[in-house]
Amino acid sequence: MTRLVGYSGILVALALSLVGAVAAFVAAARRGRTSPLARSAAYVNGALLLVANLAMVVALVTNDFSVSYVAQVGSRSTPLLFSIISLWGALEGSILFWAGVLTAYAAAVVFTSRRRDDATIGYATGVLHAVSLFFLILLVGPANPFGLVTPVPFDGPGPNPLLQNHVLMAVHPPLLYLGYVGMTVPFAYAMGALLSGKLDADWSRATRRWTVTAWGFLTAAIIAGMWWSYEVLGWGGYWAWDPVENASFMPWLTATAFIHSTMVEERRGMLKGWNVTLVISTFLLTILGTFLTRSGVLSSVHSFAGGSIGYYFLSFIAVVLVASLVILAGKSDALKSEGRLESAASRETAFLVNNLLFTVFTFTVLLGTLYPLVAEAIRGVKVSVGAPFFNQMTLPLCMALLFLLGVGPALPWRRTTPEELRRKLLAPGAALALALVVAFALGERDAYALAGFAFTGFALVGNLQEYLFGARARMRALGERAPTALVRAVAANRRRYGGYLSHVGVLVATAGIIASSADKSEHEATLRRGESMTIGRYTVRYDDTWGRKEPQRFVVGSAVTVLRAGAVIDSMAPRLNFYNMSSQPVTTPAVRTTAREDLYLILMAFEQDGSKVTIKAIVEPFVVWIWIGGLVVLLGVVVAVWPGGGRRPSALGARPGASRPQSAARTPQPETRIPELAR
Amino acid sequence: MNWKRATIALLATTPILALFAFGLTRDPREIPSPLPGRDAPAFAMAVMPPAADAPATSDTVRLAEQRGKIVVMNFYASWCLACRDEHPVLQALAPEYRDKGVEFYGVMYKDSPDALRRWIAEMGGQPYPTLVDPGARTAIDYGLYGVPETFFIGRDGRVARKHVGPVTRDVIRATLDSLLAAGGGTPEAGGGA
Repeated sequence: MTRLVGYSGILVALALSLVGAVAAFVAAARRGRTSPLARSAAYVNGALLLVANLAMVVALVTNDFSVSYVAQVGSRSTPLLFSIISLWGALEGSILFWAGVLTAYAAAVVFTSRRRDDATIGYATGVLHAVSLFFLILLVGPANPFGLVTPVPFDGPGPNPLLQNHVLMAVHPPLLYLGYVGMTVPFAYAMGALLSGKLDADWSRATRRWTVTAWGFLTAAIIAGMWWSYEVLGWGGYWAWDPVENASFMPWLTATAFIHSTMVEERRGMLKGWNVTLVISTFLLTILGTFLTRSGVLSSVHSFAGGSIGYYFLSFIAVVLVASLVILAGKSDALKSEGRLESAASRETAFLVNNLLFTVFTFTVLLGTLYPLVAEAIRGVKVSVGAPFFNQMTLPLCMALLFLLGVGPALPWRRTTPEELRRKLLAPGAALALALVVAFALGERDAYALAGFAFTGFALVGNLQEYLFGARARMRALGERAPTALVRAVAANRRRYGGYLSHVGVLVATAGIIASSADKSEHEATLRRGESMTIGRYTVRYDDTWGRKEPQRFVVGSAVTVLRAGAVIDSMAPRLNFYNMSSQPVTTPAVRTTAREDLYLILMAFEQDGSKVTIKAIVEPFVVWIWIGGLVVLLGVVVAVWPGGGRRPSALGARPGASRPQSAARTPQPETRIPELAR
Repeated sequence: MNWKRATIALLATTPILALFAFGLTRDPREIPSPLPGRDAPAFAMAVMPPAADAPATSDTVRLAEQRGKIVVMNFYASWCLACRDEHPVLQALAPEYRDKGVEFYGVMYKDSPDALRRWIAEMGGQPYPTLVDPGARTAIDYGLYGVPETFFIGRDGRVARKHVGPVTRDVIRATLDSLLAAGGGTPEAGGGA
């Protein structure tokens, strides 16, 4: 029954997305308007895919093994939560979920643009339908999750052990899909603008909230993925430059570049073609990432079993790549800049350098990710590109970005005076020196780490002082009290202050990344009962080993007592889990987190009678700040995109709340009375 | 439309797509091992007693003493599902090839003798001995990635082939027949899965 509901829903949605795409393109091309049919189809498809996803969840929870996907990933012994989240635990389910998110986005786009009736929106709706069409074809064909299994098996193998080992698996994949799939929306708008020829800043303004929202999801997904990797994979790290990590990171880099450069287009009418290129690249990189991981082209923790789906994805990439590049190149004459750079010391320049760095970063990561494929194609050898390449190549870029993160907010649009620059860089400069001295005094000797801490301090103060400037300007001009002034300054320009808050989050996470990678110490020892090893400030004593049979696995854990300065402070239990379908035991490290450092224990090996165990202990400073930084970034995103209120960011010089014509963004404005209020 | 630029863009996509198409024909899970063609790492492992209450034997198998014989080492564990798939193949072929001078050994990987003995009983026996690998020392020397993995060692003590994943009848027959036919050394340094 659920099988029938789900499958027929997909079939109807397939037909509707085809009709919707055609109707939307025809209406936009012939009449320069949107198609009511395509709009309705978007709503219906959103509902149909929601039902199909729910049907699959019901099938998973009720162990309906007549459904092929359930027979593949379900098991009677899997706990309820992991039954539900195995919706995205394997290929077919993840495509179903993808299609669900995509059609929901499409319906939301159609809803939020319901008062607009122009060709740009018309084409954008068509593009959304066309992309949905591809995923629905996958669901009907090579990735059909609703296949019929006869005879119905009594039980299934259960989900991949790595995916049922931690609750973060309930968080990381949905966030990633929300981020990844969300990038389709700016892409659709960009294509709409290109096709309709209306290449003013309108499309990027319309898409800004969508992009920032998707970017926020993607950021959260990447951080959650790092966290999961740290808590589950048991190697003490959180980033390995694995192809799939790179696949999620590359669109993040281009989307970050776009979020910044779109402001230059809004304010100065520059970088039009570049912005379209960034949006198209971001979308292409999400599809590329999916192709690389879902078709088994590159090996990674994330690769699902291949099959014919790779060729579908290849065809899709070919269509998107060819169509978008040909349209972009063909329309490039219309993408001329209206403004031009007035001074090197201006915010425009900062954004240009920002974009240059992010682009080089993206190419570096792309090169390292695809190089094994190129090497095999050209020289026929298997090579792997590891962390040393990526670290060596990207660390200088990271340093430059950190520095820019501090300078950027200090630079006003158009041009600056030396006095103003000095005034704004005084406190950050002091913070830079202080951070350097403190890090050195605490024993940090690595050149990159020292520079990293110094620039982090510099940029942290550079962004935080903007709140101070904003509040102070209001206090002086309007006589408000400090807290009121701060709140109103932020409320009056949420996009700007949300952005600074995200910067602060990135910097907090950066401090965590620098400290945990530069100052990590590890020690491995084989211990008998009662024996101890020492790492950092801790003494780790091995007590005993236990075994426990759980419905879906067998767990072996070692009880360990942690002492500091002779006093017992904690007991921990690193574990190994044995799943029947795994070719390796799956580790569950024991992690003791404090604000200062994490103690991370991994059970490497054990004697059957518990007489001896081999334990690897790692002390990593500041790890928790990476996760906290991620939350702060999200908070910044929420501040920036929360619906309603807030002043138009383009409203130069206007009083808070006052509205003004949009075209003003690009015409020269007299300097304002209160510069901090305006910028 | 500027058709000249559009055409250039179109041409630029071709090599990228060709590269991806090539990628689809590859199997990234094929992990190249440097071992085939080289001397097999030496080992000395105790034979697992057939029953828990059997008198502890001092039987130890050393690779050095196997010179002149062809050795098949199969790393496995009772908790490994794929090992169940390949077991009947090994069960059937081990006696046949033993008569031709091929020694088969199972190597216990991260498992307990008790669990393994129960597993062997459940699988209907194992016509060759299992070696105990404390601390997975030998597994590490052989660069084991997971279980099951099977190593074929020629008469000259070199690794002739490494097989990742459940071993098949065809792989065993092809490898051993060519090793037997070659007589002395390793005929070909074939690697891969």
